[in-house]
Amino acid sequence: MTDLDPSFWLPALTVLSSLLPGVAISALPEERHRTRTALNLAGALAKLVLVGVMLLGIERGASYETRLPLVAGLDLVLHARALPMLFVTLSALLWLLTTVYAIGYLEGSPNRARFFGAFSVCVSATTGVALAGSLLTFVVFYELLTLATYPLVVHRGTPEALRAGRVYLAYTLGGGALVLVASVWLHALAGPFDFVEGGAADLRMIDRGALTAIFALLIAGLGVKTALVPLHGWLPVAMVAPAPVSALLHAVAVVKAGAFGVVRVVYDVFGIGLCADLGVTRPLALLAAATILWGSVRALHQDELKRRLAYSTVSQVSYVVLGVAVAGPMATIGGLVHLVHQGLMKITLFFCAGNLAETLEVHRVSQLRGVGRRMPLTMAAFTVAALGMIGVPPLAGFVSKWFLGLGAIDVGEVWVVPVLVGSSLLNAAYFLPIVRAAWFEEPAGPWPADHAPGRLDAPWLLLGPPLVTAALTLLVGLFAASPLSPLDWCRLIVLREYGP
Amino acid sequence: MPEPVVVAVTAPLALALAASLLGGRRGRWPGLLAAAAVVAAVALLTRDVVAHGPVRHQVGGWGAPLGIDLFVDGLALLFLWLSAGVGAAATVYATAYFHDDEAAGAFWPAWLTLWGGLQAVFVTADLFNAYVGLELLGLAAVALVALGGGRAIGAATRYLLVSMLGSLLYLLGVALLYAAHGTLDLSRLAAAAGEDGLERAALAAMLAGLLFKTAIVPLHAWLPPAHADAPGPASAVLSALVVKATLYLALRLWTALPGLATAGWLVGALGAAAVLWGGLHALRAPRLKLLVAYSTVGQLGYVLLAFPLLPSSAAVAGAAYQALAHGVAKAALFLAASTVLRAAGGDRLDDLRGLGHRLPVTAVAFGLAGASIVGLPPSGGFVAKWLLLTAAVRAGAWWVVLVIALGGLLAAAYVLRVVGRSLAPAHAGAPPLKAPRRLEWTALALALASVALGLVAAWPLALLEGLAP
Repeated sequence: MTDLDPSFWLPALTVLSSLLPGVAISALPEERHRTRTALNLAGALAKLVLVGVMLLGIERGASYETRLPLVAGLDLVLHARALPMLFVTLSALLWLLTTVYAIGYLEGSPNRARFFGAFSVCVSATTGVALAGSLLTFVVFYELLTLATYPLVVHRGTPEALRAGRVYLAYTLGGGALVLVASVWLHALAGPFDFVEGGAADLRMIDRGALTAIFALLIAGLGVKTALVPLHGWLPVAMVAPAPVSALLHAVAVVKAGAFGVVRVVYDVFGIGLCADLGVTRPLALLAAATILWGSVRALHQDELKRRLAYSTVSQVSYVVLGVAVAGPMATIGGLVHLVHQGLMKITLFFCAGNLAETLEVHRVSQLRGVGRRMPLTMAAFTVAALGMIGVPPLAGFVSKWFLGLGAIDVGEVWVVPVLVGSSLLNAAYFLPIVRAAWFEEPAGPWPADHAPGRLDAPWLLLGPPLVTAALTLLVGLFAASPLSPLDWCRLIVLREYGP
Repeated sequence: MPEPVVVAVTAPLALALAASLLGGRRGRWPGLLAAAAVVAAVALLTRDVVAHGPVRHQVGGWGAPLGIDLFVDGLALLFLWLSAGVGAAATVYATAYFHDDEAAGAFWPAWLTLWGGLQAVFVTADLFNAYVGLELLGLAAVALVALGGGRAIGAATRYLLVSMLGSLLYLLGVALLYAAHGTLDLSRLAAAAGEDGLERAALAAMLAGLLFKTAIVPLHAWLPPAHADAPGPASAVLSALVVKATLYLALRLWTALPGLATAGWLVGALGAAAVLWGGLHALRAPRLKLLVAYSTVGQLGYVLLAFPLLPSSAAVAGAAYQALAHGVAKAALFLAASTVLRAAGGDRLDDLRGLGHRLPVTAVAFGLAGASIVGLPPSGGFVAKWLLLTAAVRAGAWWVVLVIALGGLLAAAYVLRVVGRSLAPAHAGAPPLKAPRRLEWTALALALASVALGLVAAWPLALLEGLAP
């Protein structure tokens, strides 16, 4: 009687906890603000509770799996194991914070029902991507994510936003088609299989040429959302979306879905051993390294703050891919933990950029002089996250880079170390001028909005979320070694991945 | 109690007569009754097939070769469900669509006759009875197109000519087969089938006639104007159901009589041309209903792409599921587009800005059904695409894989033309739109069904199993 077993339905409920409110919100009339907010927060809290229950269960060795037949002998599988939980926890937590932020950010603007509906569906798709227990399930939610994100990107309805939406869909649907073809091909050769730690066992029987081609197709397809160079062009264009959307896109939803897909393909479809045998890990690592450097170089030249952050994302997300591709236990820990750390830091930066734009109409780096005195709390959060990105100890980014570097040396890939150092220098070169100008320079003129002394920089709905994520950036770095920290959880994952 | 399989065919025909006697908008009552009867009959039939396997029924107890034999298996059931579901939705839609007695008075008898002919094609065991069904539905379909008036009269005339020509070719093939084997019962023919030239010629004539009536590229030019200019509910059933009847017969012939198997690549190539050609034209169509009609040309191409891959079970399932998913999604698109046309008084693409505000339910219906047409998961279109891709990869037919991938991107591009405009702000001074609720919600119901087909695919696909080796 698996159907009546609560553990059977837990993963599905986790997806539905945001999907059902999303559908209800879309159907709600525009002016029902209170009901909408209540639905939103209820869904976000329910998801956190469900995630908490599963986390505790998994720590004690339980496992949760929802399995429904879908097509041609393949099932829709959602399973909660150590690796999926890493991503689900991140997305559940940041969804709650971003929802709070978005409620404040969009106050009084039109089309909020549509916005929050799509937003919730987007989070559901991300949750599905995270919990997907098979390639088919992954593809289903990966494409649903594309679909749900489109209305968010074009939310403002300006010609520029519509153009960004077209570019976004052209890239992501193209990538989706590659992933689809590769998945069908792999299933046609190998029959049904699930995501399994260490890779699906039957794959070794298959022709190596076909396997390499499938791997290349999958990476090319997933590389679009991961924004691997040269498939990153959509990400800076999609910047026209409202700040909470950018925050979610860059920290949790789209780029992370791509990076997580790469992790799944390498570890749970092919298996790291087979990938090494096929000789595909080295090219993937080189591609990631090139992306890390190129993204940072491009970020240097952007005056528009959100564009600079976007190129920074291009660079930072590839740390995850690099960690996976370098393929030692330590580097894998570094890559996986960066999935969480980058999310916390980048969402902070985007929240802050949104606050600057909302309160002071500051959109460009060159307008940031002296802004620290006008908006001290916002800029404090920004500074913590920026320093974390650079990799200053003891912040989150340092921990990721430390493990990545050590792991690379561990397996003899010493070339990775200069890449990390170079990237850190570039990060410093594009973040530190912002920090310096904000705190140590005089403003160019009076700020547009009046400011009563003793008041907060911005409404608390806009200020709370970045302060929380900035604090987390500090805490996950400081307490990296304590149990149930992201780092500790990544150790657990790696133990199961590389273990006997 | 009458056999459900007989009711499924005769109820719409008998009620067509009632509708023409009642006349005017009163025809909606026999229409609704027919919808209830068809849905109930198909449900009972499904129960029988699930319990006892394929059903064969001899009308009046005469039996082949003298009497009329009806035969229903999983494949037939899939198409019967398509016809029942879309037909019922179009019926409900039509009850709120027609204002004046004259149009309604012509619509109801024609539509119910068409429905009966359609059901007859899906349940027939015999190639000549299929011809009778095809003629019945073909003539009724022409009448439905002509109801559009104006531009539609020309389209209807062309449609009539194409339809007659296709039927003649099919009948020629049927006569040749009868001369060779003395029977037209499909299962007897399958047992007696040989490889001689006459039989191949017969099959070629029949398939050519069927594909002609299916608007295969390059013989497709009659379809877009005919489907676009017909009245709303008629557009939906023409695009979703009528072209499926001929495809169904082609699929049946091909799997039962493999004499033409070597020519599969030719049909496949025509399908590939249709996918690309239809997609490109939909990208350039200036009007919403024309865009949706060109999309039909392209989507039918996917079914043809399966022919070179037959008789693999994935190809049969893919072709059937594509026909089903496309039918439901396309009916939703046409109903939604017709609601827009009626509410706004025009359907030029540039006037669609702000549709998301002005007719939200219809815009959502269009978006959801559009996602299924593109083949995005979780929708029926995705399942169909997955099956077709699987069949293509297993057969090593990489060109089919490429066409399916390109076709999906083309479809995304033309659906986006509509969805992008819907999400943009309306032109200043654009009037608010109003549409009867029944029009908006029937389109949405079909759109939701097209998505649901992706989630419950295991069940209809289980029905299909046992058809192909």
